[in-house]
Amino acid sequence: MEKISAGTWVEIEKIILAPEQRAPTLPADTRQVPYVMRVAGFLLNDAEIGETVRIKTLIGRELEGKLTSVNPSYAHSFGKIVPELLSIGLEEDL
Amino acid sequence: MKDMSYQAVMGRKNEIMKASLGMDYDDFIQTPIAFDYEGMMAETGYSHEEVARIQRETKVGSTPLFELHNLTQAVRRISPPGKGARILLKDEAANASGSFKARRASISAYEAAKKGYEGLIAATSGNYGAAVASQAAQRGLKAIIIQEVFDSRGVGQPEIIEKGRKCEAYGAEVLKLSVGPELFYLLLRTLEETGFFNASLYTPFGIRGVESLGLEIAHQVRADYGRDPDAVVITHAGGGNLSGTARGLLAAGCDRTRIVACSVDLSGLHMASDRDFNRKSFTTGHTGFGIPFATWPDRVDVPRNAARALRYMDEYQLVTQGEVFYVTELLTKIEGLERGPAGNTSLTAAITLAKEMDQDQVVVVQETEYTGAGKHHNAQLSFARENGIEVRRGHPAESVPGESIVIPERLEQVRGRVQDLDRLRTSYLKNAAKIYHPDQWRDVDFRFLAEDLKVDEQWIIDHLADMSLVEN
Repeated sequence: MEKISAGTWVEIEKIILAPEQRAPTLPADTRQVPYVMRVAGFLLNDAEIGETVRIKTLIGRELEGKLTSVNPSYAHSFGKIVPELLSIGLEEDL
Repeated sequence: MKDMSYQAVMGRKNEIMKASLGMDYDDFIQTPIAFDYEGMMAETGYSHEEVARIQRETKVGSTPLFELHNLTQAVRRISPPGKGARILLKDEAANASGSFKARRASISAYEAAKKGYEGLIAATSGNYGAAVASQAAQRGLKAIIIQEVFDSRGVGQPEIIEKGRKCEAYGAEVLKLSVGPELFYLLLRTLEETGFFNASLYTPFGIRGVESLGLEIAHQVRADYGRDPDAVVITHAGGGNLSGTARGLLAAGCDRTRIVACSVDLSGLHMASDRDFNRKSFTTGHTGFGIPFATWPDRVDVPRNAARALRYMDEYQLVTQGEVFYVTELLTKIEGLERGPAGNTSLTAAITLAKEMDQDQVVVVQETEYTGAGKHHNAQLSFARENGIEVRRGHPAESVPGESIVIPERLEQVRGRVQDLDRLRTSYLKNAAKIYHPDQWRDVDFRFLAEDLKVDEQWIIDHLADMSLVEN
């Protein structure tokens, strides 16, 4: 597997609470899954995906978790066109 | 080493809170339900003039108030003769970070810097995170934002993803979480680990910062129209937007202005459900927060909540997701103003109100929010469709939260549903009775409850008898 160099912007994942450690009053579907955190930061040591690593966040705090992605990016958009919206404001007798 | 289990950290709540706020709520607490609300608000120590000065320093406030001429005309065409109040819009998207939440974060950031804290922490999935990050950046403070982002498949709504991105853009550390109320647990843990200031949404500092919004509306409407606003419509979730704005209006002497709350109706969807998380198209300003926070404000991350909606609310309307999306598109097309959908919730209710008000009256929509990739009605509707929600045009009354979004065909189909406030008040009273048995209530409790519910003490006594809460 490819080594990822220290200093690379990465995302880690950490299980904060296993299902049995979670808050007592949860709906059944949520109760079955762990409480998971993801956070991005700069990798502190060379590592491979899936390894437990330490990162330094944007504010300089060091956190530990499983390395899940390299250069995590934002790909959200305006979505696929919703044609139902297009005629609003044009069809009114204004 | 400290016990970091859920139960142990929750058990240390009070000491963590004291250290992270630099204020002791015990000074104000009178009984398990009553506390000195005005005393607590005064504890911030900031006058309205000081708040305005602090906010000017960090690009907050003095936002424009626009008259929506074309929308007002459109509403008049479907109103009875002589009806159709002017609709005004306070363009809060002009604040640093793009929403009114900058007001709410500004005083906390100032206070944290003044008291020598190294950073701020906020647990929020709303625009508040970006506001805290932006204010922290300007005050030279670090910021950690704890945000509920994705379900157990790792999928998050475009709007929430965008809000997380914005926090990071301002240099904050963003802890992105799966679905669950344990956000609060992680907040406490992180406060304890870092010693940062708790920039909770619900402190007196937060609410004090929003009062400037009410004051500005009062001054602008008086200057431009020579009258007090007849109604101000406020999107309601946790109650801070409503409480702060109403307090500002009252401080300006607008004691006859009708305070109208509005939330998106998401009834039937469970807020802590992993499955329901991505079946809703609004992440705030909805009934999942609006109802529980109105009927019991003290369910928050501080010992007593400074946001108390029923104390100020004169009317409460619910609208559907489809109606808000329709109005958002209408605002873009006929007013040339593209803004984020969540901020337009109150605009939807304003249409219903304006139809019933006289033409010389003024109804103010008190916020907008920024828009962009993810934070856009097209993005939210597209995501809903991909997640199996039916999206179509039709009568909004046909929509079922979590199953369908019905976008109105015509403006006249936009109609907020006015809620029975006494039902909400009764529900509040039941919650209070669960915390502290009515047998033990003293004068101070009755007085507090009457103020908190905007009723007289006799109302409390009568309704307690009706509910048979006083028995056993």
